[in-house]
Amino acid sequence: MVRFENVGLRYGMGPEVLKDVSFGIEPNSFQFLTGPSGAGKTTLMRLMFLSLKPTRGLITLFGRDVSSLDPDEVAVLRRRIGIVFQDFRLLDHLTTYENVALPLRVLGKDESSYRAEVTELLQWVGLGDRTDVLPPVLSGGEKQRAAIARALIGRPEFLLADEPTGNVDPTLARRLLRLFIELNKSGTSVLIATHDIALMDQFDARRLVIADGRLYVYD
Amino acid sequence: MSTTETERVERAISGAPPGAAGRPARPSRAAAIVPRATVAGRALVAVVAIMTFLASITIGTALAVRATATEWRSDVKREVTIQVRAGEKAATDAQVQAAVDLAKATAGIAAVHVLTPEETSRLLEPWLGSGLDLADLPVPRVIVLRLDGTGRADLARLKRTLSDRIPTASLDDHRAWSERLGLMAQSVTVTGAGLLGLVALATILTVVFATRAAVATNRAVVEVLHFVGARDGFIAAQFQRHFLRIGAEGGLIGGLSACAVFLAIAFLPRSGLLSTGEDQSAFLGWLDPGPLGFAGIGLAVVTVALATALTSRMTVYRTLRTIQ
Repeated sequence: MVRFENVGLRYGMGPEVLKDVSFGIEPNSFQFLTGPSGAGKTTLMRLMFLSLKPTRGLITLFGRDVSSLDPDEVAVLRRRIGIVFQDFRLLDHLTTYENVALPLRVLGKDESSYRAEVTELLQWVGLGDRTDVLPPVLSGGEKQRAAIARALIGRPEFLLADEPTGNVDPTLARRLLRLFIELNKSGTSVLIATHDIALMDQFDARRLVIADGRLYVYD
Repeated sequence: MSTTETERVERAISGAPPGAAGRPARPSRAAAIVPRATVAGRALVAVVAIMTFLASITIGTALAVRATATEWRSDVKREVTIQVRAGEKAATDAQVQAAVDLAKATAGIAAVHVLTPEETSRLLEPWLGSGLDLADLPVPRVIVLRLDGTGRADLARLKRTLSDRIPTASLDDHRAWSERLGLMAQSVTVTGAGLLGLVALATILTVVFATRAAVATNRAVVEVLHFVGARDGFIAAQFQRHFLRIGAEGGLIGGLSACAVFLAIAFLPRSGLLSTGEDQSAFLGWLDPGPLGFAGIGLAVVTVALATALTSRMTVYRTLRTIQ
């Protein structure tokens, strides 16, 4: 599904922040990406999400070499990936419902064709009564779940979540982890970037540890 | 974190049905993805309106000048005059008669009229005043020849014959005047086209800057759209919709204002508000763009709206390439 071969990345003329990174992510797998703050977790996720291009090495995503993609092909590949940002990136002028429906709206689908699906997903993440609320009114946990719902609405084959429990208390973090596990059971590959050791200890999964720009894989 | 919230998540994950509050979402109408308030609205509408107004006035005036000049040239070309220098009365009368005979014998001349002393006096009235006795002055006699419009009249030959047989007579076909009119009309048209070009350039540049500002203001929205898999075309269409509306709104205001100005000029002399209606009509009456002019203004409005939308679309595409 995702393959990195000797990938390196540097910003401008600076030092390499990622060095010789090689790993793969298989379909229907679950993994944590961890490491100290500033180690390059978010950078690695941006590479997987095609918002950065490597300065060297080869990245293949769903069998495609990402270096040869044009903007429209990038857009099509991104539809197969769901991403949950640490800062949520919800659009403040759209309601929770509209934010979650956005990936379907950009496909040009008619609102009546996805209304029930979005409503059902919002209920599944516990936001059934917050559909018409604007994000500034939502709590941190609610925003987090709205962002997760938006990432899931397009039925992605691969879900990337950057510090999804960083803004919630341990109890809600555990519940969100269960939500991701449920999702993985339904066939989606999941990668959660976190430096929360306690969270990782709750579920036995593959760990990708990034330190000093290098990646270590613990299966 | 409230207990209510954690309970809600727990209930959701466990598959329990939502509570009473879990009503289905039913938004009446999807909100615009790019909020309208973040696109420079009113100021841009005003700029587009002013530009369209200037473009419409230019189009209307240039077409009116061209139509009027063509009409004048046509009038001028339909009429030529023979002047017979004043001399001893009997001799002059004979020369006038000879010139009339020559003119009548020329093919393509529909009518020949010798101006009477009263008509000549009226012609000279603006310069010499009324109550003039032409008998005291060596005023040339004027013969007006009206052409039949078929172009058969060989004026060059008539001119030669006149100068051969009646040395005091000269033929004026108003060619110099007609050519000057033609040149003037051409200059006005070229100047109008130049002004239109400048107005179009200024409008496009304004829209480019406004679009860039709108994209910059909505950068977060654009990034999210990219991340959820939106193609550049979809994102550009979101901005284009706003700018098409702004262009259409500004274009209509500017175009209608210009039409109002032309209509006011057309109706002002008839309104009785002007004391010297005839003179004012003669002064501004020519400023009638005609159906072609009003159609041109309509076309300008449509062009401005489409150019605004298209410019914004192209600018968004270019800007998107920098924020992939």
